[in-house]
Amino acid sequence: MTYIAKPKFHHPGLKKNELGYTHRDYEGKISTLCAGCGHDSITASIIEACYELSIEPHRVAKISGIGCSSKTPDYFLGNSHGFNSVHGRMPSVLTGANLANRDLIYLGVSGDGDSASIGFGQFAHSIRRAVNMTYIVENNGVYGLTKGQFSATADRGSKSKKGVTNTDNAIDLVAIALQLGATFVARSFSGDKTQLVPLIAAAIRHKGASFIDVISPCIAFNNHAGSTKSFDYVREHNDAVNRLDVLVGRDPISVDYAPGTVQVVEQHDGSRLALRKLDADYDPHDRLGAQTFLQKHAAKGQIVTGLLYVDPDAEDLHTHLDTVETPLNTLDEQALCPGSAVLDKINASLR
Amino acid sequence: MSVQSPISSVNDFVVRFANVNGSGSASANELFARSILRHGVPVSPRNIFPSNIQGLPTWYEVRVTEDGHLGARGGVDMMVAMNPQTWDKDVASIEPGGYLFYDSTKPMPTSKFREDITVIGVPLTAITNSTYTDPRQRQLFKNIIYLGALCALLDLDPKLVEQLIGEQYKGKEKLLSSNVHALHLGRDWALQNLKCPIGLRVKKSDKVGDRIFVEGNSAAALGAVYGGATVCAWYPITPSSSVAEAFTSHCKKYRHDPETGKAKYAIVQGEDELASIGIVIGASWNGARAFTATSGPGISLMTEFIGLSYFAEIPAVIMNIQRAGPSTGMPTRTQQCDVIACAYASHGDTKHVLLFPEDPAEAFEFAAAAFDLAERLQTTIFLMLDLDIGMNHRLCRPLKWDDAKQYDRGKVMTAEMLEEGRDFGRYLDVDGDGIPYRTYPGTHPTKGSYFTRGTSRDRYARYSEEGAVYADNMQRLVRKFETAQDMVPRPLQANAAKPTKYGVLYFGSTSPAMDEAIGILEARGHQLDRMRIRAFPFHSSVASFIADHDFVYVVEQNRDAQLRQLIVNENGIDPVRLVPILHYDGTPITARFIANSIGDHQDHLKVTPLRKAVT
Repeated sequence: MTYIAKPKFHHPGLKKNELGYTHRDYEGKISTLCAGCGHDSITASIIEACYELSIEPHRVAKISGIGCSSKTPDYFLGNSHGFNSVHGRMPSVLTGANLANRDLIYLGVSGDGDSASIGFGQFAHSIRRAVNMTYIVENNGVYGLTKGQFSATADRGSKSKKGVTNTDNAIDLVAIALQLGATFVARSFSGDKTQLVPLIAAAIRHKGASFIDVISPCIAFNNHAGSTKSFDYVREHNDAVNRLDVLVGRDPISVDYAPGTVQVVEQHDGSRLALRKLDADYDPHDRLGAQTFLQKHAAKGQIVTGLLYVDPDAEDLHTHLDTVETPLNTLDEQALCPGSAVLDKINASLR
Repeated sequence: MSVQSPISSVNDFVVRFANVNGSGSASANELFARSILRHGVPVSPRNIFPSNIQGLPTWYEVRVTEDGHLGARGGVDMMVAMNPQTWDKDVASIEPGGYLFYDSTKPMPTSKFREDITVIGVPLTAITNSTYTDPRQRQLFKNIIYLGALCALLDLDPKLVEQLIGEQYKGKEKLLSSNVHALHLGRDWALQNLKCPIGLRVKKSDKVGDRIFVEGNSAAALGAVYGGATVCAWYPITPSSSVAEAFTSHCKKYRHDPETGKAKYAIVQGEDELASIGIVIGASWNGARAFTATSGPGISLMTEFIGLSYFAEIPAVIMNIQRAGPSTGMPTRTQQCDVIACAYASHGDTKHVLLFPEDPAEAFEFAAAAFDLAERLQTTIFLMLDLDIGMNHRLCRPLKWDDAKQYDRGKVMTAEMLEEGRDFGRYLDVDGDGIPYRTYPGTHPTKGSYFTRGTSRDRYARYSEEGAVYADNMQRLVRKFETAQDMVPRPLQANAAKPTKYGVLYFGSTSPAMDEAIGILEARGHQLDRMRIRAFPFHSSVASFIADHDFVYVVEQNRDAQLRQLIVNENGIDPVRLVPILHYDGTPITARFIANSIGDHQDHLKVTPLRKAVT
């Protein structure tokens, strides 16, 4: 309930991160979503990831569209600016914000209705453009706020709570993101925080378009038998290809892993991703292989999760536009206005 | 049958070129217009073109006007008929006593001509084919050859034309000399074979002064550069695309860091108009100056975001280069038909600031000012151009910039102000002008952040569905709109020589035709005070102007008298007092049309005394 103020006090012994912030400094208002909603677990994972990465909370801009998922930015990073924008239009708002100030971290939060239905175009084009962002879709296959209509990610053959069978083919956002050139693509499950938190952390540290599809069951409208987005169904069909640890700074790589099972990926910003392979054949640097793998497993009814693709040397939109290092929103008249002498020359050329 | 004598006129006539789209005629025709300007004689050219790239008819009209009447005149004194497809209609449109210039390589039956015009045949194809072998060269140089012939016929100084060609092909000597050669081929043929000059003549004058010759879209784009726009997002749509294209080329010249070569701007061609305005809103929310340029259908697509900009109070600049609607309408024809659509764009109670430039010079000034207004008022500002201003070269005063000018970034609370303990309420009216403070994302670790949303919220940006809280916010937005009234460009009033009971209101591209019409009406004995509206919300002087007159004509280029509706609606004016004068066939409004419409209405007002009528 957003109108209930969250108490600010906390246990004096609460652990602090490198910057001296506690977990509480990354929290937001109290969630207004249904008790047990998968989205709240994602919120908790975002908080955890930001805490662990020691991000200054106010250096994040959280942007969303409309829907249950898009309400969540109010529930984390209370000291960050948030923007609950227009249905399906988070990607364009985020793109604009990113162009204005390349120094902030951009977290786009969306849902399956927001990104696969009304905003499918904007989702696609923001990925194509390589906007430096972490784009999280909280995917429950259903419209929650309007009470249970199918969304475009609902699997064909899955049943709604009212007993209607979905006859339309599903859109797999991960497959589309891979095809459109996202340079960090992952899928996870809101019920699996140990997998999700490092994926979010790695995505934030990735320079380029990062996309995470998080299956997040809707406790109210899509958690029944016959649904392919229920807690039970996802747990039964979850096929994790790898587990991830994000290593920032001087942290040594954990020695717990058996030799040969860990692949270390160094990202552009120096962060390292330690990938524990669960599927020996899976190569997260092979975009084409990832697409085939996904299709094969989807045909078997399996939900492939983990870090599916990463290009550690990715470029972003600012690289492509060759913009100055200084954020555009800080440039003043001196930097932007050519002045009257130039204008006189322009006038002369127009006579 | 009376013999029609050929029109004789110096520095006051209309030449129309009938061409085929894609034949390369545009640059030759523009060269013709510019050459006359170099004689010190004002011209007003207009493109009349179809929504097509190659093959369809296109016309270019040049009004030569020593008196400086830059509106469309109507009628054609000389037709340069280069398109067989439109021949009959083109020949029919020539004024009695006018001239027909055509390619006489193939003989034409006499039935294809008129007896009351002078027919001038030049074997253009024959001259071209005997000189050039390459088909593309033949096509392009044919245009320059007819330009050369016109030089002789209209008594243009060939040196001035050569000089222009020299400027155009500076550093490209081969192109330069071949163009000059083609020019003389045409000119020499005409001098040797025709009676030169004809009745229409250009004589050197000094009426151009220091004025410049520029398209409105390019000037508006330059205004965005000077106004500090750093983010531009757009989607191609006629007639607005050239705004973004001009912004791109201006930025390439003036907005790269001299040391690193990097861009101090970001231009994104969006996937549609929704993305374009979304990018603008996102960038403005984050403290950059951002704009988009579009036309009618694009405005329709953007309306949801425009409502968000109004309600969540995010600056945005939208340049609307109006064209004839509704739906796809006439994409290449001009109108002022989005006044209502823009003034009230979006669902719920919304109102937006509109700026109405009259020409490229004002388009430049208003475009730059739009960014100050958008940030000061934290809302969408529409720059309302139209195709007539946007896509035609217009003679206008030189562009000016005051180097002492600083951008007005509006009410932005900084980290220092927050540190001082200033109370920050995103929607809190601290100054009584309805304008709250905003913070940029990333300003301060613990203070000043807020959650932007399109749903209702209280003065501290906290979600609320309380009726009183919602109404409080909506009333503040009205206050803010009242504040805007005194910030936007004021209307300009010009009174008739003698006191009069009648007035006229007009705006935007109607301006030159209106100025000319006033002269015609005065000659007919009708005195009119006039006021040019330059922005919405309307300044209080608009209401007093109406109150000071018995009748006020409202001249506009749309069917539904949209400006009149807006005035009636916003100022509570009795509609009877506002007489609509409406032109909406897609061609630019003319002085003749205005003068005839107002003149006829005025004539009807004249009451003949009963006794006189009887006797």
